[in-house]
Amino acid sequence: MATAALDRTDTNTHTPDAIVVRFAGDSGDGMQLTGGQFTLSTALAGNDLATFPDFPAEIRAPQGTLFGVSAFQINFGSSEIDTAGDVPDVLVAMNPAALKTNVGALKEGGLIIADEGEFSKRNLDKAKYETNPLEDGSLAKWQLMKFNISQMTLDAVKPHGLGNKEALRCKNMWTLGLALWMFSRKRQPIIDWLEAKFAGKPDILAANIAALNAGHAFGDTAELSGPMRQYAMPAAPAVPGLYRTVTGAESISLGLVAGAQLAGLPMFFGGYPITPASAILHHLSRLKEYHVTTFQAEDEIAAICAAIGASYAGSLGVTSSSGPGIALKGEAMGLAIMTELPLVIVNSQRGGPSTGLPTKTEQSDLYQAVYGRNGDAPMPVIAARSPADAFDCAIEACRIAVQYMTPVMLLTDGYIANAAEPWKVPDMASYKAFPVEFMGKAQDGGFLPYARDEKLARPWVKPGTPGLMHRIGGIEKALGTGHIDYAPANHQAMTDIRQNKVLGVADSIPDQEVVVGAAGGRLAVVGWGSTYGPIHQAVLRARRNGHDVSHIHIRHIWPTPKNLGALLHSFDHLLVPEMNTGQLKTLLRDQFLVDARPLNKTSGQPFTIAEIEAAIAATLSK
Amino acid sequence: MNEMTRIAPRAETTIKDWETDQEVRWCPGCGDYAILKAMQRTMPELGADPANTVFVSGIGCSSRFPYYMETYGFHTIHGRAPAIATGLKLANPDLDVWIITGDGDALSIGGNHTMHLLRRNLDCQILLFNNEIYGLTKGQYSPTSREGTRSPSTPYGSVDHPANPCAFALGSGARFVARSIDVHKNLPDQLKAAYAHKGAAFVEIFQNCIVYNKDVFAEFAEKKNAALSQLWLTHGQPMLFGADKDGGGAKGIAVDHATLTLRVVDVADGDWQAAGVIVHDVTNRAVAHMLVEMPFGPFPMALGVIYDDPRPTLEVAVHAQIQAATRGKVPDLQKLVSKGQTWVVEPDGLAH
Repeated sequence: MATAALDRTDTNTHTPDAIVVRFAGDSGDGMQLTGGQFTLSTALAGNDLATFPDFPAEIRAPQGTLFGVSAFQINFGSSEIDTAGDVPDVLVAMNPAALKTNVGALKEGGLIIADEGEFSKRNLDKAKYETNPLEDGSLAKWQLMKFNISQMTLDAVKPHGLGNKEALRCKNMWTLGLALWMFSRKRQPIIDWLEAKFAGKPDILAANIAALNAGHAFGDTAELSGPMRQYAMPAAPAVPGLYRTVTGAESISLGLVAGAQLAGLPMFFGGYPITPASAILHHLSRLKEYHVTTFQAEDEIAAICAAIGASYAGSLGVTSSSGPGIALKGEAMGLAIMTELPLVIVNSQRGGPSTGLPTKTEQSDLYQAVYGRNGDAPMPVIAARSPADAFDCAIEACRIAVQYMTPVMLLTDGYIANAAEPWKVPDMASYKAFPVEFMGKAQDGGFLPYARDEKLARPWVKPGTPGLMHRIGGIEKALGTGHIDYAPANHQAMTDIRQNKVLGVADSIPDQEVVVGAAGGRLAVVGWGSTYGPIHQAVLRARRNGHDVSHIHIRHIWPTPKNLGALLHSFDHLLVPEMNTGQLKTLLRDQFLVDARPLNKTSGQPFTIAEIEAAIAATLSK
Repeated sequence: MNEMTRIAPRAETTIKDWETDQEVRWCPGCGDYAILKAMQRTMPELGADPANTVFVSGIGCSSRFPYYMETYGFHTIHGRAPAIATGLKLANPDLDVWIITGDGDALSIGGNHTMHLLRRNLDCQILLFNNEIYGLTKGQYSPTSREGTRSPSTPYGSVDHPANPCAFALGSGARFVARSIDVHKNLPDQLKAAYAHKGAAFVEIFQNCIVYNKDVFAEFAEKKNAALSQLWLTHGQPMLFGADKDGGGAKGIAVDHATLTLRVVDVADGDWQAAGVIVHDVTNRAVAHMLVEMPFGPFPMALGVIYDDPRPTLEVAVHAQIQAATRGKVPDLQKLVSKGQTWVVEPDGLAH
């Protein structure tokens, strides 16, 4: 079932069951667009896939520089794909800088496709090449295909009367055309997309289509010589049904909409622009017919406070950000905890601390999510493991928020937010609704705004309800009445209630499952979030090699599933791979007194399968 | 939701309906008591409905206000009341929203939110209790304290220049600016005018902190100084002050056309036209700027409704856009998740 990128041999004699392609160019070259469209054509061909967009924080870094390189990697195949691939089989390098920063990752014997036209003295200097690598034999361990993509693009689009600069912008379509040829992909979906994108700009549309066709035609010609060849990748076996591609930002947005609808509430989304979280604000701002109000606030604090104000009014308040913005929202989260109002906070994690690595991925906000507030401020935390999984996680966050009258944090990361994967479109009728009931009249015996139900949740009363006027705030509340009360026994009691309420969420979540392997044995690899893919593949490989190893992936970070402690104790060893310095590891040790061992990586790049496989082997050899 | 007038029906209430059972916890003699009473007295006259009214506050002495009003109330966090109020009003535009804040809350830690609330023109009333001091934290100088203010944090006197709340509000795009005094009998008039204004209505209330900044406004707030130091503005009336019981010694505000500045002129025998005294027009933004900037001393303190010129409000615009964008669209969750380029996997392969 699994794909084994490293197990593949001689690609010239038969088609492998998976291929990793990396497109790399200048940040102005349109590599993300090329990658995105190639992803779509791949999905339409029925291959399973995973992608990894990797781009600089600068929008248009100086042309040709090493730090301005933007890359898009896709792993696709005829069997299950869980990661964007450890090592590319094919590298498309649009200039010397793209070659220099990416060729090191290319598999030995892999194919380089380079745009010779961009390897001028000037560009070689910018990339700090002393001699032209296309000429000096330094690429000997790879297969090299070099041709002048720039010139061929100019020739192809000449009849459409574009200026030199605009004509060269079509280079990415030429490259895409060639890639479509290589993998026997249809051009029509791309042409449909171009027609929509350039409607009203007939010259640019025609030029882009001409470039696409020229790149495709070039493949036919070039096949006659050199290593250029066509691959026929069969469709991956998949559960029958309707599929689409989805990025994490899309699926979170859709999940939030679905969650609000299942709760029977209008949604209010307060956001402030920040990479990589802004895409959620963009998606939701177009969904007004789903009773979604979006508000771009003056800052992160106002974004969460407006969401809290909306929740107070009876909407489902949602806010979203990334690490630095989440830090700013901390005090307001405490207010939502104290006033016991529902709220969903989405954190698309990125490298930190401070501004850190805005466009690179990391999982280093787990402490911040679970512990990062003043006072004893318990809050449920959920982590999504993939773009598709983020949909269900967003619904789960909404459910917990409204059923327990609490803010909930949903953790995702830059990798999940930007990466795309095929998604089997869910049947919305199969989701159980959790409709909210607002309090409309006083309880028997008089109105108590801080009365408790069986979940320890307080009633949700909308301002505007006659007869139920009351005051809430961040200052400690008296049991039941909610009046100001600093009395020692009262604060003790309220602290206990807030803690027990959140711990009680564990009653409503499923037991922790083991993704692969037995519930007990020599080793469990325990992960959370976007490390799912590499852990999953590494564990499958280790098991194929006869190792006793299981994969546990935790969605509910806080509170944890009730059986998690016993499950962890049933293994001799625990290995916790994380893209941080060991945060889940600390939580597991603290909660369950287990000897969880960390495997950490904070390079801004996801784990490779091989890295985790090596750590499994090392642990088991002890 | 998109009418330009209030849609809540007029409620019949008395002052008792607006008082909570909570013990008021301000220092004896605090100016806040007078403001609270004025508010509780005014609400029945406005025909406001307690169930439809929400008081939102930040942190500070003034921000305890919601606990004493028998309405919905939200005592939030320092400086953030405008942001909470924005979400509240956008989620339910039918609510009457009052924001209670202070000089530190609104202009220091929450200055950014105050500015954006005013420029967006959310329909609400903002009452800024200005006592030129941090009271609840025991007397540090505030962003409105005058230069040289000695306080626990500025034992040698503050060196920074104070903010002018009304000038800040106008500069932020406020369409209603008024000033009043905690114990003055006119305060209900400014509250009523603020309530009547559809949009963000900003009212600065000089409030006497009798513990940490006692009588800092006495030069104009005290009765004995009132005549010569208070300029009460009324729309359509000349800007006159200073007259004694018999009408003698009257002064007025005139415009120096050469320098485009205001000046104080003497009015002889009640002939203010001859003296060049100008008539107050609440829609004149340029004059409003000059009135709030008048340095006290050479000039009286401008009080009452200084500026009042409504324009479309945020919550109306937001909901109008939602209505326009959703016209003819039927929400269908299944359709939404199935959007984009899709493909079907058949049991035996795939089809487009």
